[in-house]
Amino acid sequence: MKVKGDESPLALPLAAVFAAFFVAPLCVLVLLSLHGEAAMRTWTAASYVKFFTDSFNYSILWETLLLGVKATLVCLVFGYPIAWVCARSGARLQSIIVFLVIMPILTSVVVRTFAWIVILGRQGIINQVWLGLGATEPLRLLYTETGVIMVLAQVQMPLMVLPILTVMSKIDPNLADASRVLGAGEWRTLWRVTIPLSLPGVIAGCILTYTACITAFVTQTLIGGARLIYMPLHIYQQAVGANNWPFAAAISVIFMVAVLVIVGILGAIGRRSETFARA
Amino acid sequence: MPAPRAFSGEVGTGSPQKMRPTEKASNIDWEALSLRIVFGALTIVAMVFLVAPTVIVLLTSLTASESLRFPPPALSLRWYYALIDADQMQRAAWNSLVIAFWTTLISVVLGTGASLAIARSRARWLRAADLLFMSPLLLPALAFGFAALVYINRLGFSPNIPFLVLGHVIVCVPFILRTTVAALTQLDPALLDASQSLGASSWMTFRRVTLPLIAPGLGSGAFLAFMASFDNVPVSLFLADERTEVLPIHLWQQIDTNLDVRTAAASGLIIVFTLVLMVVTERMAGLTRQMR
Repeated sequence: MKVKGDESPLALPLAAVFAAFFVAPLCVLVLLSLHGEAAMRTWTAASYVKFFTDSFNYSILWETLLLGVKATLVCLVFGYPIAWVCARSGARLQSIIVFLVIMPILTSVVVRTFAWIVILGRQGIINQVWLGLGATEPLRLLYTETGVIMVLAQVQMPLMVLPILTVMSKIDPNLADASRVLGAGEWRTLWRVTIPLSLPGVIAGCILTYTACITAFVTQTLIGGARLIYMPLHIYQQAVGANNWPFAAAISVIFMVAVLVIVGILGAIGRRSETFARA
Repeated sequence: MPAPRAFSGEVGTGSPQKMRPTEKASNIDWEALSLRIVFGALTIVAMVFLVAPTVIVLLTSLTASESLRFPPPALSLRWYYALIDADQMQRAAWNSLVIAFWTTLISVVLGTGASLAIARSRARWLRAADLLFMSPLLLPALAFGFAALVYINRLGFSPNIPFLVLGHVIVCVPFILRTTVAALTQLDPALLDASQSLGASSWMTFRRVTLPLIAPGLGSGAFLAFMASFDNVPVSLFLADERTEVLPIHLWQQIDTNLDVRTAAASGLIIVFTLVLMVVTERMAGLTRQMR
């Protein structure tokens, strides 16, 4: 027996809010990007032509997409072992690890970034140690891409760890045991059994981490400074600084389409890996 | 049973190995050990990397000196006392709390309804709606903030607090949907059937059976949504009016102009506030279980 009636109307209020305040604004944004001025009188594709013919513009897009790849790889290298260790720990230790992993993402992003300024700055902790070791020049970390990648990796790690952990704790432990009984060593078991089976979690983690890294306006801007421009800052500068709304709209649309394409590709890989994991 | 391996304690249980010939055992031990060392070391490095910034800000905020040096030369609470006079910061903090409160309330009401629909109904349009509701997690929030500003401008309005709350609802509701839908799918449908066959109305069943059982998921989601709103910069940047300054943007400006220790003290307070809420949510709703 099912609960009386169909419950789909319960989603209508939220659907209405999304239609009026999410879908409609994005449609207006697309329309605005196809106009020459904020008043939206003449139709033109000039903003898009400007973006793709000016190397300054498309190199920002490229740098942003690349930044996401680098930060996601760092998250994967450290996040996968965390999930692996966590999945093999007792319930209590597991809670503690998850608690510590999600703490950074819940602490205010400005506070987190501020902490990193204290750590990475010219008189920061890393440089105190570095100069204390006898170096003559302080390391430049703040306002560099390396700094941005470090901070992004710390901030977005939970988005990588949690999906992997979810998938990993559902893997039948007998499979790894079977692999060992059949003579495969631990590394081989990891490579041939555990990693392929946890691939759906890895892909889900990569999607979340990647999109979070390339759209992380606060971290990119505070750690990267004014000279390292990524897409979110570019949109903000064009919209607020230059007050060029049609162009800002065009870059926003281009950026969103880029994000959706990447999510679509990774999602397709994820679905294939899921059928692979089940086979 | 004889123990074939000298250091069996270090290799975990691995019970099937006990049936393997002994000559292979030492070989496997080394491999297992090396994997454990590599993964253990990476985990420890990552955990230090994750926790260190929080600890460092907390310690720095307790400094007795005028500058942000770590380690602090002496400890004192003077910068926390200095916050008592920071009127502008207090107003910003109050604004952020009020906005986060309304955002969470609206998100919980709308999100619970949508979660029930998504978890129980098979209507086709809901699959698409589900994707739509989750998409703010993936799309650049700054682009949405800008789009919302353009939109309300076209409608003839200027930024104000109700629009700001609506904007926050869009980016915060996915957190509630995620945990609540997960809690609903784990709920045993037999309990609902039992309630209905005993004569309870749909509303009664929801209030007395469903709601108590999904409360941990819903509570964890509400906590995540509250923090996401309290912390939001990209949407507030476009939708806050001139008189309403929110805390993260105020702190950002402080960091950009003068790196004073009051900012560290405010950060320290935010960290303690977050940690307390996290521990409470963990105790009451099992936050770490809900997030997996």
